[in-house]
Amino acid sequence: MAYDYEKSLRPGKLPHIWCPGCGHGIVMKGLLRAMDTCGLEKNNTALVSGIGCASRLPGYVDMCTLHTAHGRAAAFATGVKMARPEMNVIVMGGDGDGTAIGGNHFIHACRRNIDMTYVIMNNFIYGMTGGQFSPCTPTGDKASTTPYGNPDPTFDISKLAIGAGATFVARTTAFHATQIDKLIAEGIKHKGMAIIEVLDDCPTTYGRRNKFRSVVDMMKRLKDMAVPVTAAGKMTAEQLEGKILTGVLYKEDKPEYCEQYAKVIARAQGVK
Amino acid sequence: MAKKVALMQGNEACAHGAMYAGCTFFGGYPITPSTEVAEVLSNELPKVGGKFIQMEDEIAAMASVLGASLTGAKVLTATSGPGVSLKQELIGYACIAEIPCVIINVMRGGPSTGMPTGPGQSDVQQAKWGTHGDHATIALVPASVQEIFTETVRAFNLAEKYRMPVQVLYDEIVGHMRERIEFPEAGELEVINRTLPSVPPEQYKPYDTSFGDVPPLAAFGSGYRFHVTGLNKAQDGFPTTKAEYVDAEERRQVRKVEGEVARVQIESNEEYLTEDAEVLVFAYGSTSRSARYAVNELRKEGIKAGLFRPITLWPFPEKRISALGKQVKAIIVPEMNLGQMNLEVERVVKGSCPVISIGRVDGEPLNPGQIIAQVKEVK
Repeated sequence: MAYDYEKSLRPGKLPHIWCPGCGHGIVMKGLLRAMDTCGLEKNNTALVSGIGCASRLPGYVDMCTLHTAHGRAAAFATGVKMARPEMNVIVMGGDGDGTAIGGNHFIHACRRNIDMTYVIMNNFIYGMTGGQFSPCTPTGDKASTTPYGNPDPTFDISKLAIGAGATFVARTTAFHATQIDKLIAEGIKHKGMAIIEVLDDCPTTYGRRNKFRSVVDMMKRLKDMAVPVTAAGKMTAEQLEGKILTGVLYKEDKPEYCEQYAKVIARAQGVK
Repeated sequence: MAKKVALMQGNEACAHGAMYAGCTFFGGYPITPSTEVAEVLSNELPKVGGKFIQMEDEIAAMASVLGASLTGAKVLTATSGPGVSLKQELIGYACIAEIPCVIINVMRGGPSTGMPTGPGQSDVQQAKWGTHGDHATIALVPASVQEIFTETVRAFNLAEKYRMPVQVLYDEIVGHMRERIEFPEAGELEVINRTLPSVPPEQYKPYDTSFGDVPPLAAFGSGYRFHVTGLNKAQDGFPTTKAEYVDAEERRQVRKVEGEVARVQIESNEEYLTEDAEVLVFAYGSTSRSARYAVNELRKEGIKAGLFRPITLWPFPEKRISALGKQVKAIIVPEMNLGQMNLEVERVVKGSCPVISIGRVDGEPLNPGQIIAQVKEVK
């Protein structure tokens, strides 16, 4: 029997705003399956986002949803979690939102190791504004503001998250649909900051400028780029050229922020 | 029983006022001259199980308090002019999404870094017009340590009652000055909490106007699921571009503060010797203390001077200033900026009397002598 997504969606809010062929819908379905797997209660789960195509996702989902300002999702989410640590907090957003205008909030949320799950949909572009290059647009690629090719180096979001102190970091792609919910579920179960980067496709503003003839071509690229981290050890540097590692890239148990603050409260109240 | 008294700094009084009002969450970022507010709350909040967080920047501090407020907490952030400039983005968010919060602005000069340790009153128009778009503003301007305490409590009450950001602006002089303060007993000052929904979750709409111009606000995690966005939205909280919905929501959000009934409840002023005044001094914050001294000196010389001191600066006391403009020969507006509120006084008196600005932006307080000299000139 087909999985029932509608039980987690708000009635009457579809169709969504995403273009045909966009990968965000695949990620949303993965999120809904993961939340189901983890048994998250709708009333006790906050879904927080910033601005951009990906950030419209919470509006469709029947939870406590907070569509904030550009880049600020992690900072709002920190306030929600600190004030009500018993709530599950999940952040959804894009690469431009999370790593450019929201870069500072992203790295500090990772550093605090506050217990939330941040699913970052990396489609290599600012889609909603019409295809300007983001910190994740590959060097040399075309965007509406890089007509001669992108001169900028790119962020590796997962490496950034690990470097900043996130204690669970995983990556997959929109092609690997069944892996998305598994990794998000693992992230939700992890106590601390979990970053799940999902490489995604934007056929409308990235694909057509960069000679992808169809959405299928873009999906093939995601498939070809991905190398499971478990397999990478057996591969040569040459074979790994141009590939990205997928799966759980980093996992560590470290004190979680709200638990640390609970100790502050205990000390302030004189509890020995 | 004798009241508890202390010799206390304005910033410390602010923090204690917040605790009195039931603040349970502070998100901040260090900035002179407001930092003591954060320091005191980092000590006091965890004692009552409250939360203090120092965020990575001013914007994040504002974001954290808004997130916390949506879970039902009473929230505060404190900063100064440069910090408020950064926070403007999310002050606008708090306006459109109607999220209660209190913002303390201990004013210094500007623009930019200006003189961090010197006093100023340079943010009084920023408080009104700093964020983009049309919106209502409530800003309070206490002038003493005692009043910082009571106005901080009132700021929380107004934020909760009108479901919006409320700014408390006081200059560095009042913020760092030490004065005697009498702590009100518990229950002595009114403490207002936001109105929670009376309808069951399935009927709840976060901007439901059937309950008046200030819709009840549910808390995340309390059994009510709803959507919050910075986009123009309809009463159900979901984005809309339908002209009639957008227009109705925008107008309601201004009306809830600037409507006749609300104004009466929000405005607060002190008038000193205005009844027979021929020259009026309009002054707020520490400048009003120099102005009061000046009025007393002038009265000794037989000059009929009076003081109008707004305690609520926004919404502006339009009716009363308009009436006084018709009574007096001139209004003098001393302020530690180059005439920001002078513009507003001019707008309201509509030429019925001359309005004269005394501006000071050199990092020194405005002294009574300057005011006395100006009053004598117009007399």
